[in-house]
Amino acid sequence: MDLSSYFDLPLWLRLCLQSGAVIAVLFPIAAACSMAERKMAAWIQGRPGPNRTIMPLLAWIPILAPLLQRLGLFQLAADGGKFVFKEDPIPGHVNKLYFVLAPILAMIPALTTVSVVPIGAYFNHLGTLVPIVLANVDVGLLAVFAISSLGVYSLILAGWASNSKYPFLGGVRASAQLISYELSMTLSVLPVFLWVNAPGTPGSLSLFDVVQSQSQPGFWGGMWFVFLMPVSAFVFLVALFAETNRQPFDMPESEADLVGGFHTEYGAFKWSLFFVAEYCHMIVGSAVFVLLFLGGWNPLPWVPLSSVAEWLGWVDNPLLLGVLAIVLFLGKVFFFIFFFMWVRWTLPRFRYDQVMKIGWQKLLPLSIGNLIVYALAIALLSRR
Amino acid sequence: MANILFYLFSAITLGTALLVVTSKNAVNSAMFFLLSLTGTASLFVLLDAYLLAVLLVLVYAGAVVALFLFIIMLLDMQGGNRKPFARATMAASVIAAGLLVVGVLSFLKRGQIITAPLSESTPAVGAVLKLYASQLFTTYLLPVQVVGFLLLIAMLGVIVLSKRFEGLGDIK
Repeated sequence: MDLSSYFDLPLWLRLCLQSGAVIAVLFPIAAACSMAERKMAAWIQGRPGPNRTIMPLLAWIPILAPLLQRLGLFQLAADGGKFVFKEDPIPGHVNKLYFVLAPILAMIPALTTVSVVPIGAYFNHLGTLVPIVLANVDVGLLAVFAISSLGVYSLILAGWASNSKYPFLGGVRASAQLISYELSMTLSVLPVFLWVNAPGTPGSLSLFDVVQSQSQPGFWGGMWFVFLMPVSAFVFLVALFAETNRQPFDMPESEADLVGGFHTEYGAFKWSLFFVAEYCHMIVGSAVFVLLFLGGWNPLPWVPLSSVAEWLGWVDNPLLLGVLAIVLFLGKVFFFIFFFMWVRWTLPRFRYDQVMKIGWQKLLPLSIGNLIVYALAIALLSRR
Repeated sequence: MANILFYLFSAITLGTALLVVTSKNAVNSAMFFLLSLTGTASLFVLLDAYLLAVLLVLVYAGAVVALFLFIIMLLDMQGGNRKPFARATMAASVIAAGLLVVGVLSFLKRGQIITAPLSESTPAVGAVLKLYASQLFTTYLLPVQVVGFLLLIAMLGVIVLSKRFEGLGDIK
């Protein structure tokens, strides 16, 4: 099979096909995450979780069917079907335009951010490593931050348009929380880019370059940034939990004190869109964390992808190497999604004043101090 | 193509900017402001100033308008109906608009527009991160410092105004 004829297609068609492919993978993964979350919750709490659903025809397969049934894999299809076919009422007291707009506004930034996130790499015919990414732009990470910061409007508008007390409180909480944690998040990644953009380099915020600088030879070159900058990684991770509204930071929806928070008035398909968007944010956030601090598609610290390719003899085989890179990368991302769920069922939810205190009085000074220390250290190191 | 996009984005920017001041509901105004900022960011993209576009979305669309909405929601649950413009406000806005028109006209009349096409190899200052940063830290260092100082003063002012000082004991 000759794949090179694909590159003869016009650019816009290729871009459409590629973005379609990425969304076609991201959306089902995000939906499957909700299933994984239920199974994980059951596992951590020592109960079986969803284990009854099965497709009619599949149920006749002898050994496989009970196994799949116990894994609860078809619960996803049942849930999805329910969300699509269930009645989707719009309460009479809401602002209809914004009420309908909010779930859509949640989905758009969530699916757009993935376009600048590289998901793998391969060697082209010239022997240089090329990222597998929809748009390898110079402003990489800033674009992720910028677009994902627009996600807050869905929460605010959902809360405001619902026109009742608890969703309103959820919206107010969302706007304050997401802005507070954006600061520490942005500050925490600055040391990484100070390190990557050493004097003399052209300088970029591209996520691919961050991975490249973690795949250099030598002790310092091959080190993942999670070992080099543990404080940055920690602050970024905590801020990521807050930005994606995950427990213990899920103030905008905390069901114990706000019923359902911003989505109290929502049901059926619109409600599910909020949650698919939340899982998309989680996936993209974990992907960014993996790229920044865990070496992207490099299998182990000090073992870059290129040496694995040489060892396997796949340097000339872009397809196999690309698939390997994507598998390695997605493996790390899935671990992080597991980590999100693990934390959710381990730590109790913070109180709202604690969330604000952690954001402004702990994480922000910590990330500023961290930035100053690394800026001084990098300046002293580069002087020698 | 670029021309059509320029007119489209300019129309979005200006049209929504007009709607910001005319719409009755404060939340609608904030959302139109958001659209107007997005239009401006798109215009920056057309100028190859990707960094400026992203920063505009990150800071203004992502945070400032969210704060506006936060304040609107905190002060008035229903979004509220705005009072009609006061006479002084009208006079001030007419004067401001007049100044703006004079400024733009003088710029068009006296400013020199480089008609020769720029060579392809020179990237725009706003396009490349390093060029932009070095411009900020060399040519525009004084304006950056002045703006930073102004923001610091504004922040201190807000702290002083929002905190109630009733006696000497409150000052710590």
